[in-house]
This record gives sequence, C-alpha cells and structure tokens, in this order.
Amino acid sequence: MKKINIVDLDYKTINHKLRETEGDITLCGCCGQRFIAAGMSDKNIIIEGVPGNALGAYLNGASVTVNANAQDAVGDTMNEGKIVVHGHIGDAAGYAMRGGKIFVKGNAGYRAGIHMKAYKEKQPVMVIGGTAGSFLGEYQAGGIIVVLGLEAKKHNIVGFFPCTGMHGGKMFLRSDCKNVVFPNQVTARAAKDKDLDELTEYVREYCALFGYDMDQLMRSPFTVVTPDSKNPYQQMYVAN
Amino acid sequence: MDMKMEGQVRIPSGCAIAAVISKEGYLMSGEMICNAMKPMHDRSNGLGGGFAGYGIYPQYQDFYALHMFFNERATRKNCESFLKERFEIVHSEIIPTRKIPAITDEPIIWRYFVSPLKSVLASMQLDEKEFVARTVMQINTEMKGAYVFSSGKNMGAFKAVGFPEDVGMFYRLEEYQGYSWTAHGRYPTNTPGWWGGAHPFTLLDWSIVHNGEISSYDANRRFIEMFGYKCTLKTDTEVITYIMDYLIRRQGLTLGEAASVIAAPFWSTIERKKDVEDKNKHIYLRTLFPSLLITGPFSIVLGFNGGLMALNDRLKLRSMVVGEKGDKVYIASEEAAIRTMEPEAENIWAPAGGEPVIVKVKDGVTG
Repeated sequence: MKKINIVDLDYKTINHKLRETEGDITLCGCCGQRFIAAGMSDKNIIIEGVPGNALGAYLNGASVTVNANAQDAVGDTMNEGKIVVHGHIGDAAGYAMRGGKIFVKGNAGYRAGIHMKAYKEKQPVMVIGGTAGSFLGEYQAGGIIVVLGLEAKKHNIVGFFPCTGMHGGKMFLRSDCKNVVFPNQVTARAAKDKDLDELTEYVREYCALFGYDMDQLMRSPFTVVTPDSKNPYQQMYVAN
Repeated sequence: MDMKMEGQVRIPSGCAIAAVISKEGYLMSGEMICNAMKPMHDRSNGLGGGFAGYGIYPQYQDFYALHMFFNERATRKNCESFLKERFEIVHSEIIPTRKIPAITDEPIIWRYFVSPLKSVLASMQLDEKEFVARTVMQINTEMKGAYVFSSGKNMGAFKAVGFPEDVGMFYRLEEYQGYSWTAHGRYPTNTPGWWGGAHPFTLLDWSIVHNGEISSYDANRRFIEMFGYKCTLKTDTEVITYIMDYLIRRQGLTLGEAASVIAAPFWSTIERKKDVEDKNKHIYLRTLFPSLLITGPFSIVLGFNGGLMALNDRLKLRSMVVGEKGDKVYIASEEAAIRTMEPEAENIWAPAGGEPVIVKVKDGVTG
C-alpha cells in the first residue's frame, strides 16, 4: 500500500499522482479536494481525511474507501466500482449513478440517489446505514436504494417527500414507514420473503463492511417502494 | 468593453460561507476564519470575498462603527460634513490594509465611530437604531461615490473584490479579536462583482453571508421597500438583510419565527403538523408575511451582536454543515472548512432545509 500525502495539493495534481501510481494507494491529509478518483477504473484507494465534493465522479470500476465523512455528490454519475464511506455523506449522493455500489455507514443528506438509473446488467446499489434526508430517490429511474435507519433515534428513517418523481428501480426502508408520506405514483408495501431474499445480498455486504449483525438487522420490518407502472407520468406533460 | 450588467451575463453559481462563534465569548483572531476559506477556494471566482467580526471594537463598543468606501477624497470630505451634522464622531481613521498583488483598485476605505446627536434624534422623534438605519440608506442611495458597508456597534464587515483568503490578508484580519466571525467567498451569478456587492451585507449589527440565488428577489424587494428600505445594490442578498431587520427589530419576531417566514414549510407539511400551537403559528406567519417567503436556493449565516443563525432554504438546495468543539460552534458550506478551523470538531451534522441553527453567546459578554 503506497501512501501519498496530499496536504495542500489540488485535485488535478492528486488525480495525476493516482493515475501514475501502481497498486493500492492511501491518500493522507485530505481536506476538501474535489473530484478525487474521478473516472478511474483499476485502483484501490483509501482516503484519510474528508474528501471534497464529487468524490468518485464517473467512477469506472475503482474502489474507494473513506475513513471519515464525505461531502456532496459522492459517486456523481458513477458507472462501475465501489465507494465505502465510514461516516456520513452530504447531499445528492449517487447523483445519476448508473452502476456500481455506494455503502455509507451513517446518514445521507438530501436527495440521495437522485436520478439513479439502470440498464440491463448495470444495476446501481446504494446502501445507507443511518437515515436519509428529504427527497430520497428523487426522479429515481432504476437501481436499488436501501436505508437501514440504524441509530435513527427520534428521527424518521427518511425526511420529507421521498420518491418524488420516482419512475423506476426499487427502494427498501428498514421501517414500517407509518410516519412517511409517499407520493401517489409509487406503491409502498411491507416486504415479503421474495423481497427479503434480494435485500439480503446488500445488507450482508453492508454488515461485513461495518461490523453489524445481519440476522438482527433483518428481523425488523422492511418497506419496499416501487413506482406504480413503467410510465406513471404519461399524462403529466404530454400524452406519451 | 462595456461591463456586463444584470441579465446580460450568467455564471454558474458556487459561493462559500463559513462561521465560527464562541458560546463563552472567548475572542479569536480573524486568522482562523480566513484559513477556513482556503479548502473552499474553488467555490469562489475571485470576484468577491468578505468577513464580519463581532466583539472587535471593545474600546468603542458604545458607538456605531461605520465602515465606508469612497470613490475620491472630495466625496469623503463631503460625507464627513454630512455625518458631523448628525453624529458625534469620536474617532475616524483609514481602515488599515496591506498592499498585496491579489487585491487591486481599492476605493478609499475609512471607518467612523459615531453616536447620533441627541438633538437630532429628538427633533426627528426616532430611536437611535432607526435613525442610524435611515442615515445609512440615505448615504447609500443619495451620495454618489460613498457607500456604508458596515454600521453596527462593536462589529465590522470587511469586504473586497478578490478571493476571500486574500481579502482577509488585505484587511489584516489576524490583528482583530472577535467572539464570532462569518465569511463569504463569492461567485457572482447575476451581477458584476464590485466592492460594495461583496458579502457580508449589513445593516446595524445584522450581517448576512449567503450562498445561493433568490428567485423571489423582486417580490421580496417590492414588499420591503414599502417600509423605507432601499435595495441599492441590485443583488439578492441585500434584501435578506433588510428582511431580517424588518422582521426582528421592527416587528419583534424571534429568530426562529423569522426563519419560519423566509424558509416557510410547505402548506402540506404544515397541514400534517401534530403540535396544534406550532401548526397555527406557521399558518399565522405564512398568512401575515407571504411576500417575505424566500424561494430559490440559499444557505445563509446571519450574524448579530451576541450570536448567529444559520439557515438553509426549505428545499435545501445548498449545502451546510455544523460542528462543535468545546465552547465553539463551526458552520460552513463544506466540512473541510470546519476541519481546517478545528481538526477535532465533533457532532458534525447537516441541518434540514428551513431548520435554523441559532447560537448565542452566554449573557453578559457582548457589547
């Protein structure tokens, strides 16, 4: 594992160093540099400190682990690979991601999974261990969003207006969601065995990463949210 | 080439804000808040940076500190005559600056520590604050080439065209000691960057730093101008400062109530509130001040004597995080800025849209 001290280095220099370094890399002293690992495909990167916005944007297969919180737009438009955050993440995580996985130990800010999409074998997955802010899965068009609500305490598992404009993909919330108001265009129902089979794979990976007991987590009720049809908004603007 | 004016040019928005306050009222030099802006450098484009410091003028704490820009010496002389007819000026001086290559074309920058003449107040039948506010409005609208950019007691704004960390260096902020600081890095979107247009925007001891763009600017402006405020800068942040002055100083709302006016919850959210008193209060505020709802993205920090309030728009279209350590509370657009001020900051969290974070210095230590 090679270590690179990035104190006072700008993102261009950091990404250049990442590209020219072979093997696994640890970036030390990170403090807000944007676009780290953008577009990278064959790296295994660990970040010490808080990375800046758009961490792993357009990520194309690399693996990024953050041992702190991450800021806004983690995995913006990522295509493949994995981002693991051992803390909280800011707003708009997984913005328009179309492949790969994001695992967050703690909470996500507003608009997590906004405009997430899927195509054939590309099925993006985002697992949020804590709670999610408002507008979770806004305009979600595909992929899987899982929110576990760990240590939610008095907070709702998700803020206001989840699934606004959702028209594809699936969402799992580890809650009966009695306090959550969903829009009319989606169906929220209690998860059945078949749903849980699918979910187990993602929760297992989360538990392995962050040291939680999977059986215990899976004992709670889960709510599954899906859009009502493939095109629930066909009358909204024009008939299509 | 003509300077592009509002509506002719549009640049994608960034902007950075940061703040720190000691709840115990312990003083901090301005150096820390300058450093906080460094990791957020790319959020600004060099067309504006500024700071507000509270508790910085203890030796003149009973006097209004007027920070002013002048285009030329004659304007300053003229303005000083104007001030002398209305105020006792106990001290006046050039605001000390440092010549650095990053900051150029500075206007003449002075400060005056003043107290309104009792005879003038009596004849106009105005209280002190109202008189000072009106005088500031009068200078900024009627005196060409003169601009008051700070007018509170025991506080001051410092702003310029440049990157914020350079602006802090220019104004020698490391030489000031304050219990609270706010900062702004500007990425102007709709108006040309100029010295007066940099943040913070202030009136009396209110100061606002703002990241965002107000869609409701004209609706807000039309309403607030009915009450004697003049939006002279054609830039949206100014109107927030006047709205807060109007709601809190003149209407007597609490900070939290003012936050509920400008970042009001959706009617559907109010409808579902279970606490009847809280629900009715929100209905009342939205009904009474519909023209002061601020729409569009914003994250702001409002500074005032003895505290500050951070607030996001109700949809939270801009980022803001809060952290703590000991007696201090840190607020910034990015956690990286907080970590620069305090690497060991704890309880980092992101307030929800429309959820005000109000921090006050314990009683008795403010000017």
